[in-house]
Amino acid sequence: MFYREAGDFKTTYAEDNQTFPLKLDRIGYYAILLVGFLVVPFVIDDYWVSAVLLPFLIYSIATIGLNILTGYCGQVSLGSGGFMAVGAYASYKLMTSFPDLSMIIVVLLSGAITAMVGIVFGLPSLRIKGFYLAVATLAAQFFLVWMFNKVEWFYNYSASGQINAPERTVFGFNITGAEVQPFVAYLFCLSFVVVLAWAARNMTRSNTGRRWMAIRDMDIAAEIIGVNPLGAKLSAFAVSSFYIGVAGALLFSVYLGAAEVGEAFGISKSFLLLFMVIIGGLGSIFGSFAGAAFMVLFPVLLKNIMVGQLGWATDIAAHFEFVIVGALIIIFLIVEPHGLAALWRVTKEKLRLWPFPH
Amino acid sequence: MKLTKFAAIAAAALTVASPVLADLVFPSLSYRTGPYAAGGIPFADGYADYFTLVNERDGGIGGAKAKVVECETGYNTEKGVECYESTKGMGALVYQPLSTGITYQLIPKTAADGIPMHTMGYGRTSAANGKVFRNVFNYPDNYWNGASAIVNHLLEINGGDIKGKKLALVYHNSAYGKEPIRTLEALAEKHGFKLTLLPVDHPGQEQKSQWLQIRRERPDYVAMWGWGVMNPTAIQEAANIRFPMENFIGIWWSGSENDVKPVGMAADGYKAVTFHNVGSDFPIFADIQKYVVDAGKAAGAGDQIGTVLYNRGLYAAMLAAEAVKKAQAIHGTKDINASMMRDGMEALEITEDIMAAQGMPGFGPSFKVSCENHGGSGTVGVQQWDAKAGKWNLISDFKPTDGDVIGALIKEDSMKYATENNITEGCN
Amino acid sequence: MSAEFYFGVEVFLNGLMAGVMYSLVALGFVLIFKASGIFNYAQGVMALFAALTLVGFQNGQIPFAHLINTIFGTELSTFGWTLPAFAAILLTLGVMILFAVLVEKLVLKHLVNQEPIILFMATIGLAYFMEGFGDLMWGSDIKKLDIGIPQGGNRWIEDHTAFLGGDNFYGFYIDTLDIYAAVIAAILVSSLVLFSKYTKTGRALRAVADDHQAALSVGISLRTIWVIVWAIAGFVALVAGIMWGSKSGVQFSLSLIALKALPVLMLGGFTSIPGAIVGGLIIGVGEKMFEFLIGAPFLGGATENWFAYMLALMFLVFRPQGLFGEKIIERV
Repeated sequence: MFYREAGDFKTTYAEDNQTFPLKLDRIGYYAILLVGFLVVPFVIDDYWVSAVLLPFLIYSIATIGLNILTGYCGQVSLGSGGFMAVGAYASYKLMTSFPDLSMIIVVLLSGAITAMVGIVFGLPSLRIKGFYLAVATLAAQFFLVWMFNKVEWFYNYSASGQINAPERTVFGFNITGAEVQPFVAYLFCLSFVVVLAWAARNMTRSNTGRRWMAIRDMDIAAEIIGVNPLGAKLSAFAVSSFYIGVAGALLFSVYLGAAEVGEAFGISKSFLLLFMVIIGGLGSIFGSFAGAAFMVLFPVLLKNIMVGQLGWATDIAAHFEFVIVGALIIIFLIVEPHGLAALWRVTKEKLRLWPFPH
Repeated sequence: MKLTKFAAIAAAALTVASPVLADLVFPSLSYRTGPYAAGGIPFADGYADYFTLVNERDGGIGGAKAKVVECETGYNTEKGVECYESTKGMGALVYQPLSTGITYQLIPKTAADGIPMHTMGYGRTSAANGKVFRNVFNYPDNYWNGASAIVNHLLEINGGDIKGKKLALVYHNSAYGKEPIRTLEALAEKHGFKLTLLPVDHPGQEQKSQWLQIRRERPDYVAMWGWGVMNPTAIQEAANIRFPMENFIGIWWSGSENDVKPVGMAADGYKAVTFHNVGSDFPIFADIQKYVVDAGKAAGAGDQIGTVLYNRGLYAAMLAAEAVKKAQAIHGTKDINASMMRDGMEALEITEDIMAAQGMPGFGPSFKVSCENHGGSGTVGVQQWDAKAGKWNLISDFKPTDGDVIGALIKEDSMKYATENNITEGCN
Repeated sequence: MSAEFYFGVEVFLNGLMAGVMYSLVALGFVLIFKASGIFNYAQGVMALFAALTLVGFQNGQIPFAHLINTIFGTELSTFGWTLPAFAAILLTLGVMILFAVLVEKLVLKHLVNQEPIILFMATIGLAYFMEGFGDLMWGSDIKKLDIGIPQGGNRWIEDHTAFLGGDNFYGFYIDTLDIYAAVIAAILVSSLVLFSKYTKTGRALRAVADDHQAALSVGISLRTIWVIVWAIAGFVALVAGIMWGSKSGVQFSLSLIALKALPVLMLGGFTSIPGAIVGGLIIGVGEKMFEFLIGAPFLGGATENWFAYMLALMFLVFRPQGLFGEKIIERV
C-alpha cells in the first residue's frame, strides 16, 4: 500500500541502472538529503552536532568501510581501530607539514594512506580465513597502536604523545580547532558521508562488488568461475581501509580535535565498529547507518532519559545502559537475526501489504 | 504515526533539559563505571559532598547555592565531549575533566567558550603557563612537579647525592604515563642518576616482563606512573620480587587505598607523592558527617570518606569554592558567570588561614595563582602506606620542586602550542 | 654459564607460567566453541562476574545494595557475615550453573541453527548485559580477592638455584601463585579430558561437538548439553577469575583478560583443549622472550601485546587452522 516495487517501468538501461531504481526509494532518499542539507544545518546547536550528529556520521563512514570488508567480502576484521589511527595520524602529519593544504584533500589523502596500510595487513587474508583472519587484523591493531605511541615523529615529538588538530579552514570557514561553527562541521562530514555512501552503494552493485560477494559466499567456487581472489580480497581491504581512514581523519580532526592513540583508537574501537556492522546488518549500506545510529545514539538517548528526565544517579544509569543495550541486542537477534537492515526489509514488506496482509 | 511519535519522544530525550541559571553550576565529569571506576568514584563523591556541605551548612557560596551536575564519562573521550556539550549550556563555571585525554580535547573548546578548566594534578602540564593557556589552570601541582618531587625525595633520603643511582620508571604506556619522562631525563642529567624506562600497556594486568627486568637490573629506586588496575598489579609484583617498598614511589594517581589494599600486608611502606593531606583527621569531616552523611545526602555509599581520592575531590571542590568567593569579591555579585570565575581562579590565593577556616588546616600547600602562573606553587609532599594501620601517612611536608628545570620545559612546550595554534600571549 | 643465560632461562620459565594463565582463559572459549560453534565473546566478562560473585559471597555483600539504597534511601551494604572461601566457591559455582541455564533458556534456545556470526553477536549482547548487571549487583569499586593462595617469589626455588649464576644471580624467580595456577590448570585439563572420555555425558558432549545433527538423531538432547557446556565454561571462568583476581584485585579490567586469550586461541585452534594449553605456553614464552631479547633492549618495551598476535600470525600462515585445529576441508 505505502511501498511498492511494482509498476515502476523503465525504458532505458541508464534508468534501470541508476542508484535507486525505485521511484519511491528515490523520492525518499532525495527527501532525506534535502532535509539533511537544507533543514538540519539551521536548527542544530553545538550539542546536537558534537554529541549526536558528528559521531553518527563519522561512525557511519567507518561502518560502511568495515561492512564492505566484512559484510560484502566476508573477511572478518578487528583492526579497524588501528586503521582509523592511521587515518588520524596521517591527517595530523599532513595538516602540520602542509599547512596550506585544503582539509578535503587532507582527509582524502589520509584515506589513501590508510588504504595502502590496509593492503599490507590484508595480505595474510589470502591464506587465513574466518575467525582466524581476525588474528591478522588484531596484529595490525596492536602493532599500529604501539607504533603510533612509540615513534615520536608521528606526534611531532610532543611531550605526552597527544596530537592536536591545528586550525584549518575550508572555503573560508573554520573546520578544525576551537572556533568551528556547528553547521560547518556537520555539513563537511555529511558531504563525505553522502559521497562515500553513494560510491559504496554503486561499488557493491558493480563488477567489483559482485566479485567481493562471490568470494564471501564461497571463495573456492568463486575462484573456479574466474574471480581472482588476490585482486578481490585486496581491493576489499583497500576500499574498506580507505573509508575507515577517512573516518579516522574526521574523528580526530573535526570531531575530537585531540586524540591519543591508545584511548581513541584502541581495541575497543575495533570491536565497537564490528558490533555496528553486525547489528546493522552484514552486507547492507542502510544497515551500516542503522548500526552506527544504534550504537552511537541509543546510549545517549538512554542516558538522557535516565539521567536527564528521570534524574537517576549517573552510575546506576550507566550500568542500566549496558544492561539495556545488551538485552536489546539479544532481543533483536531473536526477533530478527540478520540485523536492523533485515528488520527494515520486513517493515517494507509489511508496508507493501498493509492493510490487507493476506 | 507510531514512528513520528517515537521520533518526537526521541528528539525530546536527546535534547538536554533546559538550564537553570540561578545556581552556581559545577559540572562533574565523573567516571563511576569502566576500567578506572575504582579511582573515579571516590573523587566524584568528594567533589559532590563538599558542595552539598557548603549548601547545607553555609547556605551556598556567598549566598548562592552550588549545584553539581554529574555526567558519566567512563574515562572515554567521546563521552567526555558529549558531557561537555550537554552541560556547558547550564551556566557551567568550571570543568574538572578528570582525564588527560578529555582535557586535551577540551582545551580549544573551553578557550572558545570562555569557560575555565581546572586540571588538578593531571592534564596538560604546560597549561601552567597562563600566558598561553588563558582558560586552563592546573594549580597546585602538575606531573612535572610530581616527577621532580620524587627525585627531591630521593635526594633527601640520600643526603643530597644520588649520582650513579639507578631509577626505573614504570609507566602506563599512554600520554599520561609519558608525561614525566622528559622531566626525569632532564633531572637525571642534572643529578647524575641513571633512568630506565619500563612501559606497561593498558590495562596492565600482566607486568611480569617489566618486573623481571627490574629484578635483573636491580635499580635502587622505582617510580611509577600508573592508573587503574596497573597500580595494584605493579605493587603486587614489586612485593613478589621482594623489592623494598620504601624505595618504590608512585605519582599521586598511583597512591590511593585502591592501589595498596588488594596487595595486603606486602604493600607496607609503599610511598607516593601528593599535593594534599591524607586521612579524615580534619574538622571538616565532622561537618560532613553531620550535614551530609547523617542527612542522607552523601553522593556515595559513605565508605569512601577520608580515602585519598575522596580527599582529592574534596580539595578540588574547596579550591573551586574559594575561587568563586574571589570572583564574587572582584565583581561584586553573587551570581557569577564563567568568565568571572576565570578571574576568580586567576586571583586565587590559598593560605593556611583560608584552609583552617574551611576546617581543613594544612590540607594542601599554600599557593598563589597569577595571570602568568596558572600552576600554583608546585610544592609536593610524600605519603607512605602503613598496611598494619591501613592508612596513609604524610611523611614529608609540601616542599618546593625544581622550578628551573620544570619552568624551562613548560615554556618550551607551551610556546610550541602557541605557535601551532596562532595564540598571542596574554598578561601584558 | 653467564648470568645472562640464566636470566634467559628465568624469562623462559616465567613465560611458561604466564602461558598457563592465558590458557586458563582460553580454555573457556574452546569448550563453548567446540560444543556449539559459538565464539563466546562474553567469556572475559563471565570471569569478571564469577570473581565479583565470589568476592561478594565471601564478604557477605548484599547484591544490588547500591541500587536498593538509591531507590529506597536505605543504607545497606553487607549482611555482616563472611563465608569461608570453599563455601563461597561452591555458591558461586551454583550461580554460574544458574547462569548457564538462563543463557540457554533465554538466548540460545531461540537461536538454534543460526550462523556463527549471529551467535557471536548474541554473546556480545550477553557481554554488555553481564557487564552492567555485574556492576549493578556488586558495585564497580575494586575488591580484594583472597582465597588463601600464597603469592610472591618462591623462596625454595630461589635458594636452590642461586648457586648457578654467580654473584649477580639470585636464583630463578617463580611466583608461587603461578605454580598453583599451573597445578590447577593441569588438574582442570586432565579432569576435563577424563570427563569427556569416560563418562556418558562426556561422550554425549563429544558427539555434539562432532556433529549436531547426528547427535540429535541418536537422542542426545542438544539443550541439556548446552547447559552443561556453559556451566563448565562458567566454572573455568571462575577459576580464571580467581587466579587473575588474586593477582590484581577484582574490578572491571578483569574482563579484558579475554584479549590475552585471543592469540592463544588462534594459535592453538578454537577446537582443541590441548591446543589451548600448548598455544598458551607458546604465546607466553614467545612474548616474554621477545620482550627480553629484542623488545626491551631495542624497541623501547611494551611489545608483548602485538608480538603475541604476530607470533600467532606467523604460525597461522603455515597452518591456517591453528596448531591443533581440525583440518579445514573445503568442497565446492
